Amino acid sequence: MIKSDTYTFKILRYDVKEPDKEPLFESYKIKVIPGLTVLAMLLRIRDEIDGTLSFRCSCRSAICGSCAMVINGKIDLACRTQVATFGTDTIILEPLPNFEIIKDLVVDMTPFWQMYEKIQPYLIRKSPAPEKEIHQSEKDRKKIDQFVNCILCACCYGACPVLNRDPQYAGPAALAKLQRFSSDSRDQRSAKALEIFNNEKGVWGCDTVFRCIDACPKDVRPTDGIVGLRKTMLKNKFKIMSGGGIK
Amino acid sequence: MITHDILIVGGGLTGLRAAVGLCDKYNVGLISKVYPLRSHSIAAQGGINASLANNPEGRDDTWEKHTFDTVKGSDYLGDQNAIEIMCKEAPKIVYEMEHWGCPFSRFPDGTIAQRPFGGGGFPRTCFSTDITGHSLLNTLYERAVYKNVKIYPEWFVTGLCVENGQCHGVIVLDIHSGELIPVRAKVTVFGTGGYGRVYRNSTNALINTGSGIGMAYKAGVGLKDMEFVQFHPTTLIGTNILMTEGCRGEGGYLFNNKGERFMKSYVPTAMELAPRDIVSRCIQTEINEGRGFDHPLGKYIQLDLRHLGEKKILERLPGIHSICIDFIGIDPVKEPIPIMPSQHYSMGGIDVNEKGASEIKGFYAAGECACVSVHGANRLGGNSLLDTIVFGKLTAQAIDKELSEHDLKPEENYLLKLEENVEKKINRLTKPGGERPYKLAADLGAVMSEKVGIFRTKDELAQALDEVTKIKERYRNVSVSSTDKHMNYELHNALELDYMLEVAHTIVLGALLREESRGAHFRRDFDTRNDTNWLKHTIAKMGNDLEPVISYKDVVITRYQPMERKY
Ligand SMILES: Cc1cc2nc3c(=O)[nH]c(=O)nc-3n(C[C@H](O)[C@H](O)[C@H](O)COP(=O)(O)OP(=O)(O)OC[C@H]3O[C@@H](n4cnc5c(N)ncnc54)[C@H](O)[C@@H]3O)c2cc1C
Ligand code: SF4
Ligand code: SF4
Ligand code: FES
Repeated sequence: MIKSDTYTFKILRYDVKEPDKEPLFESYKIKVIPGLTVLAMLLRIRDEIDGTLSFRCSCRSAICGSCAMVINGKIDLACRTQVATFGTDTIILEPLPNFEIIKDLVVDMTPFWQMYEKIQPYLIRKSPAPEKEIHQSEKDRKKIDQFVNCILCACCYGACPVLNRDPQYAGPAALAKLQRFSSDSRDQRSAKALEIFNNEKGVWGCDTVFRCIDACPKDVRPTDGIVGLRKTMLKNKFKIMSGGGIK
Repeated sequence: MITHDILIVGGGLTGLRAAVGLCDKYNVGLISKVYPLRSHSIAAQGGINASLANNPEGRDDTWEKHTFDTVKGSDYLGDQNAIEIMCKEAPKIVYEMEHWGCPFSRFPDGTIAQRPFGGGGFPRTCFSTDITGHSLLNTLYERAVYKNVKIYPEWFVTGLCVENGQCHGVIVLDIHSGELIPVRAKVTVFGTGGYGRVYRNSTNALINTGSGIGMAYKAGVGLKDMEFVQFHPTTLIGTNILMTEGCRGEGGYLFNNKGERFMKSYVPTAMELAPRDIVSRCIQTEINEGRGFDHPLGKYIQLDLRHLGEKKILERLPGIHSICIDFIGIDPVKEPIPIMPSQHYSMGGIDVNEKGASEIKGFYAAGECACVSVHGANRLGGNSLLDTIVFGKLTAQAIDKELSEHDLKPEENYLLKLEENVEKKINRLTKPGGERPYKLAADLGAVMSEKVGIFRTKDELAQALDEVTKIKERYRNVSVSSTDKHMNYELHNALELDYMLEVAHTIVLGALLREESRGAHFRRDFDTRNDTNWLKHTIAKMGNDLEPVISYKDVVITRYQPMERKY
């Protein structure tokens, strides 16, 4: 329900180029009509009130992963959040936690992409490619569906308490991506490729407190991926102990 | 100054495919104003066409049949040699994407699943649930990571450097630092996407301004068939997010404010399932004649799914269900969806041949920003994802051939001169006191949606031309709020606006001159196709007085003589 005609947006302002100035909330009052999203309001605030406001956006339809931020204390995509969903006419916007701020609501995503690259995020094949498609059963396709849906928005990364104390931790999105490939029936990565994450910076770092699941706008459930990887790693270990050796 | 052999602008499917095809042999750099995965390609839902003949209902499909459907769909304006190449290449690139990991949906026999799509005689659309663009773009990005492609994310290209009939590179504004950076390259490739945001109402991402198209035009490259703009009949009011054709495919109804299924008075046989351009015209007519509904976000028609029942809606249209709830606060199980037609796809674009080559040495373009032409007057669903990957690949091959035959020498001086001009432009835009750019963008969008839309007439197009010209004049007096160059999105928008205005100008002029109706271009005052006078491509080039100069070019016809387009 719309709480009033005019809403107050309190937005955290900061500019890395002016490090002496502390981050500060700035308030904007603006007219609201039903059906509008937080992103639509941000665009209007930038147009009509303050042209210096910085935030990222592209698809405005919850598929490109650009607009993750903290909205009234909850991490979500600004473009899929209706202004009217809050029981208040004040909306507080802050940048995604666990990242350095570049300006206002824009954070430096470099560490996130670095972790993503580290897991070798691509299909690894050893057999030569067939002439047509590599066959995959509907059942095997279903196994990866949940992880394929990830839009790399980093909502989970911002929510994860382990990343908050240990920036070296691989984090939910990268590990979910690793599971996306590791559990793809077509992928032939060696057990060694998983070994790098068989430690406290990898799958064993997770507290399984499910914050990432709550924060994810796409029902990816990264913790499922982490638990899946743990199982695979334990199975691999068992194979080694019983003399199979790591491939 | 940064130097690459080959510079690719665009991190969508087109740009990534071109980069992956060239990076083993050349020093390649890829620039994108957003992280590549934020490109508009990510939003494609339905699928990609290829005559794999996997579907039991389509075992006798062939690339020739795909070619014919595409030629007919284009209302005979597509170049048949290029369409043949694309359709022949289609199975190869779909298998290649699969080998690189694309998670296509599957048939029970483990092959890639295929479904029917509008205008296709066969079920040849390969898909990955209802997020095909997302799956393809992730796969190509993964491939680019694997191949270690050098990527410059959040770099905005502000100018294309062409002198003496040759391209020398581009000038970039680094969005983070605010610095201007000249980038020199032997070959520059644009995969900069469509111009949907020139219209107020568009299904396109907010970043689809068409600045690449406008930049090429301002540098002297020709634009082809700009008047052909596709409108999709069913998009959510307010945000104009696409409500897939599947809604009507599953049995959804369209209602006006009299409670009538109005399609019965236009196309009683096909009703809601008439072709896209026709349904768009019917909906617009209802709205224009006062039979639409009112909403603070605009006038609309109802797309009613309620009679399908909750189970079917949740099973078959889960994406639509959640979009409606998230974006307009409406549950389609309980309420009709408020929809309107809106701009969807840019058929026209940078004039290139089937190798992606423009008339300028060292300048190539492919994907939605380019016009080969494979879509002619009307694009078929599932053919544009195909276009991006096929021509991304073929352009890469053509560039390799060109560079192995003769070396190109781009010149630093020209780039430095252009850098100075860009600097001047930015200084002018950051001088206080002028009009804010968003006002002009809003006025431009309104003119284009209201006067250069689904229905066109000479009078309205002439008015639109006049209004666009006036907004161009106002642009000389635009200023942004802050002189900071870093993270200044308003400045970024102001720079793009310059190019949007040129793009709009060529669309309006092409539409005004083309006195016939063909595919998506519908003139009330000339409501039939006229092959005698108009079976030809429109080419717009910037003249010495900075005004567009229009010329025409023959359509390539190989096997299929034009016939009436009946479905
Ligand atoms: C909602 C929707 C659904 C669709 N569904 C389908 C479908 O099911 N099947 C189908 O075949 N087609 C579909 N299409 C069409 C298809 O998605 C697009 O035509 C295609 O993805 C365009 O790809 P591209 O690589 O050419 O451009 P884009 O993906 O738009 O990429 C453009 C790139 O250029 C960069 N760029 C642009 N300008 C600049 C600049 N000045 N400086 C730096 N970088 C710049 C951007 O950052 C971006 O990386 C759909 C379109 C829409 C709107
Ligand atoms: S479940 Fe693990 S990965 Fe997810 S938020 Fe908690 S600690 Fe982080
Ligand atoms: S797992 Fe979910 S929250 Fe995390 S990046 Fe992917 S989509 Fe975003
Ligand atoms: S703008 Fe793309 S996810 Fe929000």
